[in-house]
Amino acid sequence: MEEKIVVAGFGGQGVLSLGQFVAYAAMYEGMEVSWLPSYGPEMRGGTSNCSVVVSDRPIGSPIIATPDTLIAMNKPSLDKFVSKVKKGGLIIVNSSLIKDKVERDDVKVLYINANEIALEAGNAKTANIVVLGAFIKMTGILKAEDVKNTIEKIFANKPKVIPMNKVAFDLGYNFVK
Amino acid sequence: MKENKKLMKGNEAIAEAAIRGGCRCYFGYPITPQSEIPEYMSARMPEVGGTFLQAESEIAAINMVYGAGGAGARAMTSSSSPGISLKQEGISYIACAEIPCLIVNMVRSGPGLGGIQPSQCDYFQACKGGGHGDYKLLVYGPSSVQEAVDIAYEAFEKAIEYRTPVMILGDGMLGQIMEPVALPEMKDPATFARLPWATDGTKTGKERRIINSLYITPDPLEAINHKLFKKYELMAERETRCEEYRCDDAEILLTAYGTVARIAKSAVDMLREKGVKVGLIRPITLFPFPSKVYEKHAERNEVKKFISVELSMGQMVEDVRLSVNGKKPVGFYGRCGGNVMTSEDIVEAVLQGEVK
Repeated sequence: MEEKIVVAGFGGQGVLSLGQFVAYAAMYEGMEVSWLPSYGPEMRGGTSNCSVVVSDRPIGSPIIATPDTLIAMNKPSLDKFVSKVKKGGLIIVNSSLIKDKVERDDVKVLYINANEIALEAGNAKTANIVVLGAFIKMTGILKAEDVKNTIEKIFANKPKVIPMNKVAFDLGYNFVK
Repeated sequence: MKENKKLMKGNEAIAEAAIRGGCRCYFGYPITPQSEIPEYMSARMPEVGGTFLQAESEIAAINMVYGAGGAGARAMTSSSSPGISLKQEGISYIACAEIPCLIVNMVRSGPGLGGIQPSQCDYFQACKGGGHGDYKLLVYGPSSVQEAVDIAYEAFEKAIEYRTPVMILGDGMLGQIMEPVALPEMKDPATFARLPWATDGTKTGKERRIINSLYITPDPLEAINHKLFKKYELMAERETRCEEYRCDDAEILLTAYGTVARIAKSAVDMLREKGVKVGLIRPITLFPFPSKVYEKHAERNEVKKFISVELSMGQMVEDVRLSVNGKKPVGFYGRCGGNVMTSEDIVEAVLQGEVK
């Protein structure tokens, strides 16, 4: 098993931390992981992305040419990576910010209005966790319970935000039928 | 569940490993893509009773390493390409005075101020001296965060054993990537043996201890030159490290170090799936260079060529050519400017025979 994921969006949308949640949860389950951010003059409002590889074998290249999954949190990110996704791969589109449809018929596409769902969870900042929930349901690479345990661990220093993020995760997870 | 592993950024993991290896003095100056090292050190050093100091410049930082190392402390600095250039004078002094220390270079693209993206364009500088005068460093090119941790942890033991500066040559990718690491036990500095040459106080016996790199008369300096190179020969004999991956029956041998070696390793697997007999030679020490591994494969009849894969215009390829010594063609495939090749790029280059 090897899953290559590119998460992309505006700086400040939590795309790097979304990738980190996947990496942490997979690591806690004993899998090999690598998390590689784009780094450079990115800042809030600019574009940002990270490449996450989850595997049951040692990871060779941490650089992803053809992702199995693309999570696009905004339009420039979808435009940049849409053609690179593997045939039969998955594209998760944050339809709150992206009105376009994916013009490919050889991939699975999930449109999710993550920003609105995040408000339902109680905080717009949890849009990335909403998408994380949907991603876990779509791919099944990790158990929902394990990811929620990871959320608890990562936010151990900020216990107040844990329930809200768990709600956000569940809303995203259950959004996928 | 692997609870003992932590997900850490390369820069932070190297800093922690150095501390666990006994580093108690860090002197540096921030520069992308390694600023997480001084950042981490600034928080961590006070916790372990060490010294973190952000110097006024890279030149000051390396000279602080010279001073602290000369007094017997396990001292470290880190920077990225332009900053390492500034440190070269000090590194040359340290090499001459035979002061152990650890220097980390998270290479960015150059020349000049260049860019901040991954590059391997400082191979020559790291392996061929760097500063003025005849000297070498013990240079490692780790390809994963765990390997970088293991090397940083043992760096001071090697530095003290050979009384030499040790350099870890990484790149922005190694500095920024997060991977699971198992951190080694904290060494207790109280258990470290007192160094018989260090200027660490007055109760050192009758013989004067002098840390110096100025030798005005030729004979003593020539003796030092020979002494240094004997040491480098010994390092070559005992410290050379290299990984051979699927090389046994390989007809085409890729060679790469650091993060690029991982990209090449995936390319080897992809090419093997297509039935192409490819292997990878991955030097772990860049100086001493694992020449014997190349010599061995150059002697094999079925080997058609070597291809050095680098993020530069071709630097390590020169050492590969010296090692292969004309017995087989040596080609080069590289990207530069901060661009990084994918495994697919390498596969295509090999299949198309693009590589000269």
